[in-house]
Amino acid sequence: MKGERIIGQVRRVNGPVIIAHGITDALMLELVRVGEVRLVGEVIKLEGQNAVIQVYEDTTGLTPGENIYGSGMPLSVELGPGLIGTIYDGIQRPLEEIREISNQFIERGVVLPALNRERKWHFVPLALESGSYLDGGAVLGTVQETEGIIHKILVPPFVTGKLISIEPEGDYTVTEAVAVVESEAGRQDLFLMHKWPIRKPRPAVRRLLPTTPLITGQRVIDTLFPIAKGGTVAIPGGFGTGKTMTQHAIAKWCDAEIIVYIGCGERGNEMTDVLTEFPKLIDPRTGRSLMERTLLIANTSNMPVSAREASIYTGVSLAEYYRDQGYHVAVMADSTSRWAEALRELSGRMEEMPAEEGFPAYLPTRIAEFYERAGFMEGVAGSKGSVTIIGAVSPPGGDFSEPVTQHTKRFVRCFWGLDRQLANARHYPAISWLESYSEYLDSITPWWEEMGGANWATNRAQIMELLQKEVRLQQVVKLVGPDALPDSQRFILEVCNMFKNAFLQQNAFDKIDRYSTVEKQVKMLEVILTYWQRGADAIRRGITLVKLKRMKVLQDIVKMKFTVDNDDLGALDKLILRLERSIDQMESIYV
Amino acid sequence: MSDAKKINNAQKMLLSGREYVGIHRIDGPLIFIRDTHPIGYRELVECVGPDGDTRMGMVLDTSHDIVVAQIFEGTSGLTMPDTKVRFRGKPLTLGVSKKMLGRVFNGMGQPIDGGPAPVGELELDINGKPINPTSREYPRDFIQTGISVIDGMNTLIRGQKLPIFSGNGLPHNELASQIARQAKIRGTSSEFAVVFVAMGVKHDVAQFFIHAFEETGVLENVALFLSLADDPSIERLITPRTALTLAEHLAFSHDMHVLVIMTDIANYCESLREISTIRGEIPSRKGYPGYLYSDLAELYERSGMLKGFKGTITQLPILTMPNDDISHPIPDLTGYITEGQIVFEREMYGRNIYPPIAGLPSLSRLMKDGIGDGMTREDHPHLASQLFAAYSYVKDVRNLASVIGEEELTPLDHQYLEFGEYFERKFVSQKQNEERTIEQTLDLGWEAVKKLPPEELHRITEEELQKYYGQ
Repeated sequence: MKGERIIGQVRRVNGPVIIAHGITDALMLELVRVGEVRLVGEVIKLEGQNAVIQVYEDTTGLTPGENIYGSGMPLSVELGPGLIGTIYDGIQRPLEEIREISNQFIERGVVLPALNRERKWHFVPLALESGSYLDGGAVLGTVQETEGIIHKILVPPFVTGKLISIEPEGDYTVTEAVAVVESEAGRQDLFLMHKWPIRKPRPAVRRLLPTTPLITGQRVIDTLFPIAKGGTVAIPGGFGTGKTMTQHAIAKWCDAEIIVYIGCGERGNEMTDVLTEFPKLIDPRTGRSLMERTLLIANTSNMPVSAREASIYTGVSLAEYYRDQGYHVAVMADSTSRWAEALRELSGRMEEMPAEEGFPAYLPTRIAEFYERAGFMEGVAGSKGSVTIIGAVSPPGGDFSEPVTQHTKRFVRCFWGLDRQLANARHYPAISWLESYSEYLDSITPWWEEMGGANWATNRAQIMELLQKEVRLQQVVKLVGPDALPDSQRFILEVCNMFKNAFLQQNAFDKIDRYSTVEKQVKMLEVILTYWQRGADAIRRGITLVKLKRMKVLQDIVKMKFTVDNDDLGALDKLILRLERSIDQMESIYV
Repeated sequence: MSDAKKINNAQKMLLSGREYVGIHRIDGPLIFIRDTHPIGYRELVECVGPDGDTRMGMVLDTSHDIVVAQIFEGTSGLTMPDTKVRFRGKPLTLGVSKKMLGRVFNGMGQPIDGGPAPVGELELDINGKPINPTSREYPRDFIQTGISVIDGMNTLIRGQKLPIFSGNGLPHNELASQIARQAKIRGTSSEFAVVFVAMGVKHDVAQFFIHAFEETGVLENVALFLSLADDPSIERLITPRTALTLAEHLAFSHDMHVLVIMTDIANYCESLREISTIRGEIPSRKGYPGYLYSDLAELYERSGMLKGFKGTITQLPILTMPNDDISHPIPDLTGYITEGQIVFEREMYGRNIYPPIAGLPSLSRLMKDGIGDGMTREDHPHLASQLFAAYSYVKDVRNLASVIGEEELTPLDHQYLEFGEYFERKFVSQKQNEERTIEQTLDLGWEAVKKLPPEELHRITEEELQKYYGQ
């Protein structure tokens, strides 16, 4: 090919890391193509005549002496309409289209644009006066991307200037110019898409306080350990404790407008699961298919390890782009441990000095950089959007004291620890109520009190206190058996048991139970606390626990999560009434 | 093809005939050769020692000055001045064919049963290529193994990778051969094949499997790849890749349902550690290389179903957990990649329960989509969930009983103990030649659940209780 810029030659190949020599004018972090098969790579170190290049594809057959071609720009993503519903690999190559070229396996050196160049989008310009001054991030117009999502066409953040002209409403491909801007660098065409380097956070005017919770429909999360829109959370857990299941449940039912799901070094079948299941599921808020708000990045465990390293940044860049359009975006990163391991492997190949457990010393910095890209932000054009990052962590041996979990804990404000014991009893989501915490509680309490009644915070505190008491009582029970406890204390065990079975445990595959609205959660908690308050009172008045437990209504309370529909909250009020009546009756007979 | 590529290929062809005499350094299974023409990464190496035998190897590190290659047959007997080395200009390939069924091969795919080498239908790179996630089909066909604790609680699905986490001396070989013998998809009769991969296992173990396959008359549907305990340890690194290359060919070119039994993954990982240490790489946990996860994923992910292909690959890797420790890096990383695990428990084995499958840590991730109405039976999901919950409580009660004595337990806890006993003795426990249908398995499950009062059965619906629990 003519006009290509050769920046050097391969000198040594050692797995995904190659050393190049004869380097003339390579840029740091420049995107390069290596060898005659044109493998995608990135310059990660420059040293005199030598460079270290991280290659995003399998390097089998690469030979010393082969040329390296520069692209003149850093590794970037394409941002524009057509992202939603697509599945990309770690460096934003469309996997569906790769399949058309190379069948069931992924061939190397495939070059495909991330956004379809042929497809036309219907562009509706805003009424902008020519000559008006546009900042980077300003809105030029809109495109209906999916039926539920209006895609705002933004001026790229690195462009500011006077608008010369804007095209009229009509159909355009992503590479046809829709506007011309006069900037300091001269006249520039603007398109429906622009490129953005993945390792650089997109700018925003300011950070706002995260005060709105991200409602996930998962009761243990929303009620006990809520996460705010624009927040960060880590889900650590050993294998089989349900990290991926929890991530999937949140991706399906949370009230973010856009979901970016990053399958980073995980199983291929898990991505297939998302691809087959999401299109069939209906978003309860919009009534549209879940796939119409989902973007997928799949870099499965057997795909090249360096692209796994990049996949996290690719995903979060796409999320920031939708944030700048004023959307609330949730990023699921499954799993950040695999990403950290990719860092470790690359660092090892570069023969860097290791810190803890072979991880490079810059691991905490990288983790912090990633999580800090979350936030509730005000954009240039006054748009307000958020990126919430939900990162799974896979600690070796389920031991939370390992470096990735520990460093992640420093940089997230919410922690959902998955518990092996709960998972073994098939109590899902296996989020431990003892180890988990949320720092967002105070800032989102006003929202909950407005939506769920003034005693939401006190109710929540009450049940948390009971759970704490239960732990101490269980220790006693383990030594002397439950019979040694007085009824008043055994009742605490009983209520906690009820709370776990009827509230905390949630069946992701049940049509009703898989998702609970805010209102249902509030009411369910109220039912259980009514049982606690009235029951404790009755026991104080001399009614035995055995009699109390015989009440028929308890059976219905345990099953309310399956039987009461989200729209049928009157049924829960009736349950409370029945419960009160049963206890009244008992008191009138025995007291 | 561009001109540059053509020249490149022609050059490689010419150079692949060039022979280098003398190597610079030998270290364990690695050889170091200086001043070669440019050699490709992972290129195939042929190495002829003074004894005249040709050994195969692969390039691990290549640069202008020095090339490092690992020799699969080991380096014993090689000398520095007299060893001849040829670089073949292509990666290690295997000629695959359906005729390989019924034959025995070494780790490199060369026949060791005395017969002639089968004529390959295709030459395939043994490293394979990653499957595009969009071409995968989500596996959901239930495989009836006839073993209650697997079918009922950890259902095996066609296209799944489900390892057995065992320990030394536990009957994992018996279980694997029982699964190979009994596994069937109900209501279908399709061509099946077994690819058996032995990595560093004892001769006796290999004999046990051959014997078991012979006995059931399936040997002509089995291809065996043996790299036994006294073969060079480095050969184990290539053995599963060779075998999986054949498995892929059988599944995706011949529409066969392939069951791959790999034993023992722990030995494979040991070899990987050996190479890594010799190369002076930075170790992560317990001396294993940092890329152990990615390396294992390269094996395990070569399974599943593909859109538009009838054949499937189901993997049943066996690994013995060093010191029965499930948090050891080998079982730990395996568990993160595979779709569940069958965990053996020494205590159950001691109590003479076969198969000694621990109820709680065992898991099948694909189970949820392969069971229930139209696939097994409508009560299956809730019953399985209930059995897990109840058995988990049994463990708590037993702990309590060991502290305060059984007499002090509440009547309900006594019922749980009874349930636990029935569950282990009747439901889990079965004979090595006993094959139960899924209906028998589920009915047994209900018998166990009947030991508990209905108000304890939170996970079962009212209708199911009426239909199966009685009264």
